[in-house]
Amino acid sequence: MSQARIIGVGLWGSGLPGFPASRAVLAGEAPWAADDAPPPVPGLLPPAERRRLGTTVRLALAAAAEAVAMAGIDPHTAHNVFATSNGDGAVVHALLEELARPAPLLSPTQFHNSVHNAAAGYWTIAIGSRAPTQCVALHDATFAAGLLAAMVERAAGAPVLLCVHDAPLPAPLAAKRRTETGFAAAFVLAPVGAEAVGAEAAAASLGRLAVRYEAAPALAPFASLPPALRRLAAGNPAAQALPLLAAIAAGRPARLALPYLDARLDLAFEPGDA
Amino acid sequence: MTSPAAPGIPITARGLVSALGHGLTATAASLAAGRSGLVACDFAGQRRGFIGRVEGVESHRLPARLAAFDCRNHRLAHLALDADGFAAAVGAAARRHGPGRVAIVLGTSTSGVLASEEAYRARDAASGALPDWLDFEHTHDLGALPRFVRAALGLAGPAFTVSTACASSAQAVGLGARLIAAGIADAAVVGGADSLCGLTLAGFAALELIAAGPCRPGDAARDGLSIGEAAGFLLLERADAAAPDAFALLGWGASSDGYHLSAPRPDGAGAALAMRAALDAAGLAPGAIDWINLHGTGTPANDAAEDQAVFAVFADTVPASSTKAYTGHTLGAAGVVEAILATLAIEHGRVPAPLNLDQPDPSFRVPPPRALGEPAGRERPVRRVLSNSFGFGGSNCCLVLGRADGA
Repeated sequence: MSQARIIGVGLWGSGLPGFPASRAVLAGEAPWAADDAPPPVPGLLPPAERRRLGTTVRLALAAAAEAVAMAGIDPHTAHNVFATSNGDGAVVHALLEELARPAPLLSPTQFHNSVHNAAAGYWTIAIGSRAPTQCVALHDATFAAGLLAAMVERAAGAPVLLCVHDAPLPAPLAAKRRTETGFAAAFVLAPVGAEAVGAEAAAASLGRLAVRYEAAPALAPFASLPPALRRLAAGNPAAQALPLLAAIAAGRPARLALPYLDARLDLAFEPGDA
Repeated sequence: MTSPAAPGIPITARGLVSALGHGLTATAASLAAGRSGLVACDFAGQRRGFIGRVEGVESHRLPARLAAFDCRNHRLAHLALDADGFAAAVGAAARRHGPGRVAIVLGTSTSGVLASEEAYRARDAASGALPDWLDFEHTHDLGALPRFVRAALGLAGPAFTVSTACASSAQAVGLGARLIAAGIADAAVVGGADSLCGLTLAGFAALELIAAGPCRPGDAARDGLSIGEAAGFLLLERADAAAPDAFALLGWGASSDGYHLSAPRPDGAGAALAMRAALDAAGLAPGAIDWINLHGTGTPANDAAEDQAVFAVFADTVPASSTKAYTGHTLGAAGVVEAILATLAIEHGRVPAPLNLDQPDPSFRVPPPRALGEPAGRERPVRRVLSNSFGFGGSNCCLVLGRADGA
């Protein structure tokens, strides 16, 4: 059993423009309506870098910046765990198209942006972080895998920024890997109790999270969500963060099970400073 | 930036295929003979520079039950599972601990992208659709490698890919150890695989980082890297399941450059942080390290920044050299490949002779093995090795390897 306090949260998705503006929808108190407005352009990077950012990186930076701001921590102190299934599909597609030509000439910028940890790299560049930074992937279980990796990273002592992000792949890859709409969520995980020091000890706790891997299947994992959010969760691996986001938004205790291959990740959330 | 000081995590099995050969015996023989695996590049239409290609990947067949995963990256991984009795050792560990208590944490930078490259050349002319035979989920998808290995080995524990470019499998080794230390797993299959593909050959060419000849890490006339392919695995286990003198991951450390997506910090400050964190986690002073296996790609920028970083931590007291002129730069697999080469150096008491190091860069301050009066390759005690891996995105990771009993 791994435990942490959640002291910051951020998200961006269709009809979910940031955590405060989405709280009522997540808590089931207001209806969800599709709205594919792009996330705000991150002010953290120089303009030349900003212009080149793809959708998935922009989603990730928006959610990460929101979560860190809510936590009120110095982002340099946080270890970073990014999780994405698809990476930057638009860049990967453009490179694959060029490679199919007789004498391919790749763009050096596109090539370095094709690494799976591009969003993580841009985040650390944007804030000038020298902290350990992981990037994990596991197809539809990418959020579960990222959460497990983040909870274990948390045991290393520092607060951890977990940022999960995915955007639709362009055609023709889209036919091989459905991802409906872009989504990113971020959580700042802090130590529980006496271990906490400094800003993360002072930060208001949204609740306590305990996580455990069970080698047994998850049943009806998204049943707690309103139908519209259930569709979002089914359409993007990053949006499997929605049940946890909903529990945080509602401020209610929750026992959740995330599918993890043929197994599951059990989550227990207790709101407040418990 | 430090990992908690903890006793080492024992390594109870190893498996490796690279351009040096299939398995540890062939690998050690190539190293002892000073024999490089690099050959002139002729792969996926690319003909620039040299590559480290593994023999027999094309003709290797996966078992029928794993057919959905068939691609070059998984054939390469399967060869490494077969090598050195690795799969059998994992089977025994799964019986000891239960299959749900064996985690799988693997690094790859490009997974099975070659399958998509081939599929993009076979798109339907009218619709642009990809051919039906492309099974993206089980080949190119970045999560495919640990799912393949989990299925191949009959495991049921937590699994994930770590993809931090050329630091991927070094990070995977560290994170697997952390899953055991946290009590989430009793054993972990860690390591990774990256296979030759057009994307990396043409991509590094676009960045003008491919050496014209075989790469020359640390040499004054170095002009870039040579790409290689490899798959390597370590079985990590709880201390009570290992022999007292087993090889062990004594500590590891990670850091970010926070500087540029594809260029290292020229002062190596991020890399130095990762090395210090690894030493702290292992509870070792710099002088306890007998050899540093450098990231040492052979690009002018990497080797210069790394010399600064190593000097900042070790001054000129510890011999340091790269093994990439043997294997090529195996990208996401490099971390575990070089961790295994580190254990071979300890096992055989032999630091591999640096290859293609005709004229060490006169501006470098960290000595290669021969500069300390030790003839390259001569047998000498090697008890602890520090191994560096740095990746695009500014990701740095450093592993310290030795024996569990500290001998």
